[in-house]
Amino acid sequence: MPSRLGLRAVALAYLVLILLAPLAMVFYRTFESGLHPVWQTLSDPDTIHAFQVTLVATAIAVPLNTVFGVLCGLAIVRRRFPGKGLLNAFIDLPLAVSPVVIGLCLFLLYGRTGWFGGWFLGHGVQILFALPAIVLATVFVSVPFVAREVIPTLRELGNEQEQAAATLGATRWQRFWRITLPSIRWAVIYGVVLTTARCLGEYGAVAVVSGRIQGRTETATLRVDDLLQNFHAAGAYAVSLVLATVAVVVLVAMTVIRPREGSL
Amino acid sequence: MTAASAATPTHRIRVGGRASTSLSVGVISTFLMIVVVLPIAALLWESKKSGAHGFWQIVSSPEAVAALELTFGAAFLVVLINAVLGTITAWVLVRDDFRGKALVNAVVDLPFALPTIVAGLTLLALYGPRSPVGAHIAYTRGAIVLALCFVTLPFVVRTVQPVLLELDVEMEEAAQSLGAGRLAVFRRIILPNMLPGILSGVALALARALGEIGSIVVISTNIPYHTEIASVYIFNQIESGYPDYAAAVAVVLLGAAFVLLLAIGALRFFTTRHERA
Repeated sequence: MPSRLGLRAVALAYLVLILLAPLAMVFYRTFESGLHPVWQTLSDPDTIHAFQVTLVATAIAVPLNTVFGVLCGLAIVRRRFPGKGLLNAFIDLPLAVSPVVIGLCLFLLYGRTGWFGGWFLGHGVQILFALPAIVLATVFVSVPFVAREVIPTLRELGNEQEQAAATLGATRWQRFWRITLPSIRWAVIYGVVLTTARCLGEYGAVAVVSGRIQGRTETATLRVDDLLQNFHAAGAYAVSLVLATVAVVVLVAMTVIRPREGSL
Repeated sequence: MTAASAATPTHRIRVGGRASTSLSVGVISTFLMIVVVLPIAALLWESKKSGAHGFWQIVSSPEAVAALELTFGAAFLVVLINAVLGTITAWVLVRDDFRGKALVNAVVDLPFALPTIVAGLTLLALYGPRSPVGAHIAYTRGAIVLALCFVTLPFVVRTVQPVLLELDVEMEEAAQSLGAGRLAVFRRIILPNMLPGILSGVALALARALGEIGSIVVISTNIPYHTEIASVYIFNQIESGYPDYAAAVAVVLLGAAFVLLLAIGALRFFTTRHERA
């Protein structure tokens, strides 16, 4: 059928023009002038430090939001409490609001004149323009992912198995570790993959609160921006290449996990 | 609790008692309070300081209006583009069959996996000043639309795809056997079924487009009145030491996000009404 081929052509052309061709160009541009500039950028102490900051923030945000996501999913699906509808709607907020707005919120809360900023500064703890603010921003932007994956899976799962286990005398912990968690594990893993990708790629919120001090509070994404603004395009492409490679790994993980998640 | 319910099997067994409900709800709300609610309250407090009059003055200042107009205009345009092309892509992924379809299906998620600033850089590599195809549109408003197309591409595809998968082909065959043309089948059967999926995808994409910054800062010049979107406006105001200006425009974006979340919630409520009944 010609219309079928036509639709296929439109869809594929769009994907190639918007997604694939640009991505391929990054790989090309990175190695355009040989391996030397790539290696030079990636072995630069400031670049290494930027990746370290990103990894630390991710390593804190991912476990926090995983535990929160599972708890939140269980509460929303299985329990009744006042404000549940509100919680269900509110949890998506970090996805719907601009990361810059999130950064501004933290800036206002922990700034010198903010509600908490003065107190923390008085106790010698620097939040804003330091690692704590980067971590807070990263946690904020990646709150919903695990919960969003876990909720539909829990809905489908029902709780008959757990009721059966309860009648057989299983304690709450045993039911959670032996029944609930194994049943939702692929949804949790999928959520963790999405959370990790979001944390590694966070830019807007971190750009506001980090202070962007080279070699101190720069994350990998800020490093890309910094190199680009200093007309060091080759370096920016090199750092981007690392991030893009991680993204491709994430994509492969998503593709492998999704069918399993569907079958529980 | 567990022992008691086990002893009276005729009762509906509650998995998780009242005490543990309060505990887990307490943990969740404390976490959300510290991470999400307090920062947002700080933003609302800051914007309240300027008063209703001051707030209006900032939001209606020419630069803020230009930034908001550009943001909303570009977002609506992009969402329209992706509503059409996203639906076509979802259709092709479900109803068509060709070599490498699984790969194409995986590639759709790329914008979710790729850091936005890298997305901007990839677009700059192809559509920037050194474009190998001679398509130099970077640093224009067109570049903003392009970047937003990239980051919002998966939403409509991923909300329409499951609907199409569940849609019964027999319905269409029945309509065809009764003499309906292909256009009529599409308009009367396929489109109405896809519509809730398209709409919720559009709402998600709109929220994402209104707040996008990472991919845009790279590919746009971010000049006030011309290529400065709202997020960049907020960023610039913070950097220049006008948090009150930043807060006022941020409240507008926050309000838009709330409205979209409510719309998505309402849509979800509406489309699942048969399952709940």
